[in-house]
Amino acid sequence: MQMNNAQALLTRKKKQSLGQRLIREFVKYKWVYVLMIPVLAYYILFKYLPMTKMVIAFQDFNIFRGIEGSKWVGLDNFIKFFQLKDCWRIIRNTLLLNLWSILFAFPAPIVFALMLNEVQYKRTKKVMQTVSYMPHFISMVVVCGLIRNFCSSDGVINTIVSFFNPAWNSPNLLDRSELYRTIHIASGVWQNIGWDSIIYLATLSGIDPQLYEAAYIDGASRMKRIIHVTLPGLTPIIIVKLIMRLGNIFDVAREKILLLYNPLTYETADTISTYMYRYGLLESNYSMGAAVGVFNTIISITILVTVNTFFRRFTEESLW
Amino acid sequence: MAVVERKTIGDRAFNTVNIAILAVLSLVFVYPMWHCLMASFSEPTSLIGLKGLLWKPNGFSLAGYKTVLQNKNIYIGYGNTLFYVVVGTVVNMVLTILGGYCISRRGSMLMRPLTLLIVFTMYVDFGLVPSFLNIRDLSLYNSRWALILPGAISTYNMIVLRTAIYAVPRSLEESAEIDGASDWTIMWRILIPCIKATLAVIALGYVVGHWNSWFGASIYLRDRTKFPLQLFLQEILIANSQSAAAGEGSSVDGFLYMDELLKYCTIVISTVPILCAYPFVQKYFVSGMMLGSVKG
Repeated sequence: MQMNNAQALLTRKKKQSLGQRLIREFVKYKWVYVLMIPVLAYYILFKYLPMTKMVIAFQDFNIFRGIEGSKWVGLDNFIKFFQLKDCWRIIRNTLLLNLWSILFAFPAPIVFALMLNEVQYKRTKKVMQTVSYMPHFISMVVVCGLIRNFCSSDGVINTIVSFFNPAWNSPNLLDRSELYRTIHIASGVWQNIGWDSIIYLATLSGIDPQLYEAAYIDGASRMKRIIHVTLPGLTPIIIVKLIMRLGNIFDVAREKILLLYNPLTYETADTISTYMYRYGLLESNYSMGAAVGVFNTIISITILVTVNTFFRRFTEESLW
Repeated sequence: MAVVERKTIGDRAFNTVNIAILAVLSLVFVYPMWHCLMASFSEPTSLIGLKGLLWKPNGFSLAGYKTVLQNKNIYIGYGNTLFYVVVGTVVNMVLTILGGYCISRRGSMLMRPLTLLIVFTMYVDFGLVPSFLNIRDLSLYNSRWALILPGAISTYNMIVLRTAIYAVPRSLEESAEIDGASDWTIMWRILIPCIKATLAVIALGYVVGHWNSWFGASIYLRDRTKFPLQLFLQEILIANSQSAAAGEGSSVDGFLYMDELLKYCTIVISTVPILCAYPFVQKYFVSGMMLGSVKG
């Protein structure tokens, strides 16, 4: 129905010139455009205007002289960035933190949803679900305060470990760079597994019960039904989520790292975005900070497009 | 599941193990908050050298809360946070609904390109430095609006809203249009009642976001009188322990451990309100989020 209407309109419109069509458009939708003004103002002022500021990546920007008065230096900032001794460390850390997170934190809510889905007592299921959402609503500052507390040398984690291993010397776990990624990702799973599983649980409740009945009659065991009925039902949403996640492979939870890391763990915890904050903003190396931002954006978009193309090619699901 | 089945031993074992694992997980979800709550009611000195799990208060005392409630920063922070939550969420919702309504107009020829320009900003963002300079140039630095305006619309939420509007039967809008309803009426009288669940989830997201945010405040604000609660919390919980980390284990003085108690009390005071809010919106989570899964 809709398509037909739209097509009919389209063929009719083709006979008019662009100007006529625009006038018709503005007359018909004048109030929509009026309502749109504040929204467009927001996008111009707070999204597009900042984008224009990225030109300072190609300048030796001086905040007192402004963009007009600063010297243009071409790609110098980018070259300087790649010559920094920290450059590869922060790129490596950004990628590794994301890779581990995709390996462990991405499947966790799926497994959790599958497990909850198998619980047959409605009440129990509901209580467990409600409880699992809770950490999502706790602020990052509090979560990181708790992590610091639990990981301190006489914190809960060390106490439990030394209970099983009396020889354990209980270090402050957050001072150990080799543990940083584990702590970061495990606490992330704790905080988000419940919330992220909602979407999977909702999808699961939409699977046709007849499929289960048929599988049962054909003699499929519980595990077999999970693998052959439940999982295929989840595949489309998993792929969409995975593409979105892979597209963010250059993003990290900056705030969390800023709240957890210290110079002892820079080796594994310092990432592009925290470096950009510390070096670019706090130490006022604005041009360099912007250059890192531009580099980050270019890589992210390239990855997103590549991943999406890959999935569109080999599966039926894609973002666009 | 609709399958009526005979329970085999394997099935029972499966159920038991499954529920046992989930029960342990539930405990893990709750325990950290429980630990804080119990510690906050403990005797200040009893937290000295406290190791391991805490199931009930270690001695009972309200000393921590008494001290925290004398802290002026807590009141300043609470007041500011309430302002940011209320004003910020109103601004968020008005703009997101307006935007969502406009980009859902299917007949309009310019909305599609406009939507693309909007979605573009989700992926292209050159990071902190350009945003910071922009706020400076708009003279919003050290203004309360610097915490409200830059995040006034979450593009993702706006797209979710558009998807929700698309899911409302077209005929509802058309009949209203024929009856001569204006855009304003269609939006408020027809669409909004139909997409309440999505709106509730989006609003909750904005509220929680404002309540929990500290980073924007830490870079855009200078006056302590404008700081939100979370930024004071960051000073108490994070900055402090970083400086204490230098001499860890070397000094065992009473003040340091009163400090520990105060941390727990501040955590409880700042977190309980938001934890009380979400169960009320919970019934909307599933229906509200389902629509978010549809691609932009």
